[in-house]
Amino acid sequence: MSVKEYVCIVCPNGCLLKAELLEGELVNLQGAMCSRGVDYVKNEILTPLRTVSTSIKVVGGDLPLVSVRLDSPIPKEDVMRFINETRKIQLHAPIKIGEKVIINLWGTGVNVIATKNIKEKSA
Amino acid sequence: MKRVIKDAVIVGGGPAGLAAAICLKENGINDIIIIEREHHLGGILRQCIHDGFGLIRFGVSLSGPEYAQHFIDKIQELNVEVMYDTTVLDITSDKIITAVNRFGIVSIQAKAVLLTMGCRERTHGALNIPGFRPAGIYTAGVAQSYVNLYNVMVGKKVIILGSGDIGLIMARRLTLEGANVISVIEILPYPSGLPRNIEQCLNDYNIPLLLSHTITRIHGENRIEGVTVTRVDENRQPIPNTDIFYTCDTLIQSVGLIPENELTLQANISLDISTKGALVDNYLQTNQKGIFAAGNVLHVHDLVDYVSLEAEEMAKAVTQYLIEGSLSESDIPIMHGENVSYVVPQFATKDKDLRVSFRVSRPKSDCRLVVHQGNHEIMSLGFHHIIPAKMKQVLIPARQINTKESIVVSVI
Repeated sequence: MSVKEYVCIVCPNGCLLKAELLEGELVNLQGAMCSRGVDYVKNEILTPLRTVSTSIKVVGGDLPLVSVRLDSPIPKEDVMRFINETRKIQLHAPIKIGEKVIINLWGTGVNVIATKNIKEKSA
Repeated sequence: MKRVIKDAVIVGGGPAGLAAAICLKENGINDIIIIEREHHLGGILRQCIHDGFGLIRFGVSLSGPEYAQHFIDKIQELNVEVMYDTTVLDITSDKIITAVNRFGIVSIQAKAVLLTMGCRERTHGALNIPGFRPAGIYTAGVAQSYVNLYNVMVGKKVIILGSGDIGLIMARRLTLEGANVISVIEILPYPSGLPRNIEQCLNDYNIPLLLSHTITRIHGENRIEGVTVTRVDENRQPIPNTDIFYTCDTLIQSVGLIPENELTLQANISLDISTKGALVDNYLQTNQKGIFAAGNVLHVHDLVDYVSLEAEEMAKAVTQYLIEGSLSESDIPIMHGENVSYVVPQFATKDKDLRVSFRVSRPKSDCRLVVHQGNHEIMSLGFHHIIPAKMKQVLIPARQINTKESIVVSVI
């Protein structure tokens, strides 16, 4: 039996979690104020997941960048790969908040959505 | 000059101002205006593109601009009047507001004023670090606006001074944008930011956090070339012969936020030396009747969700003030006791439930919040672990407040 500590990143409470692991499996968890802590630790053991926010270049907009985020988390190890993906593309204004700017990233079902309205640049 | 009369003037269209304006409208106060110095509503949320906003209010993790848009949409739907690109120059104690924009001077006589100006960053000049003043030194928020709004990268080899949340967020952001973030330096023996940000912004990217260290010299004349980092003792004094030199081309400072209260002082409103915000009662009314304050201008919050809630609480009190003409006398002082660095509000009336916001002065485990009035314990609450990074709130029902003695909030 081994004990490992985690800080839950699901919400601002940031619970300090004490996980008891047996042969790599979670057998007991202490410190979680809600059940999301259990799911978080299970994921951290198997495949840590993260949502990522970044920005993508915009042509013809009132701002040079549109902020974007993933609509569900991806494996932590793919974060830089995703960032590199966003560097390759340019979007055209106007862009509406909530609009999917990359649909079905790598066939995972995860979408990249705009988190800001970008208007066309007035001439 | 023509003077306009308004029921309520809201100074600043960030999260606090937006929430307050919506709440006023929904309570039937229609003759209101938001004065905003920028070209957009939303305040600092516009550049906070990371997620984690709205978990308390909406139950989902939104980015800053998305959180703001919820309120901006509502503002438009309710036809709230907004004056953009307009800077307030003066507020008098009898609630005359003077503002300026490119069309000239604006003068408004308000029946109530809502102060929602937010806060600003402590700057380099406040720190007294020896060395030249080369290029490449930014506050975290300025770096954030360059990178997230203007598509300008600030540097390649970055040191971050201070472990406040914006500094941690920027450590991750700059890493994702291709910079090498060498280390985060924190003078205190514990981090200033939230634990989840230490985890997801530093640990995820193997960025070291050096606690009990500070920068004692800045090297470079034209552009910053490096910093000397020194260990400090328990009194935050540098320990001799513990210098480490780090090469860097950029220094980001995340060393605290200060409520922006120049206008507040012009209106002869008294400030609290701990919060640097106005002294208020549990209506969030200042010592000038009819002038109210909420959000980061009152005390620096860690979560925007609580800013919105506080602004709505203020708007409800403003509504009552406008309808009834005055609010009940608040003459019960609230003080911060052992292990508590501040309390808001600082005065209470016994006619209204009392929500006290506070922070502890140092991290503490297995402790108890106790609220005393005289010798009487009127509230007690257990905490497993409590840290200065998190603002906490406790609600004391009006029926618990029976005398006019001071209320003291302690954590033991």
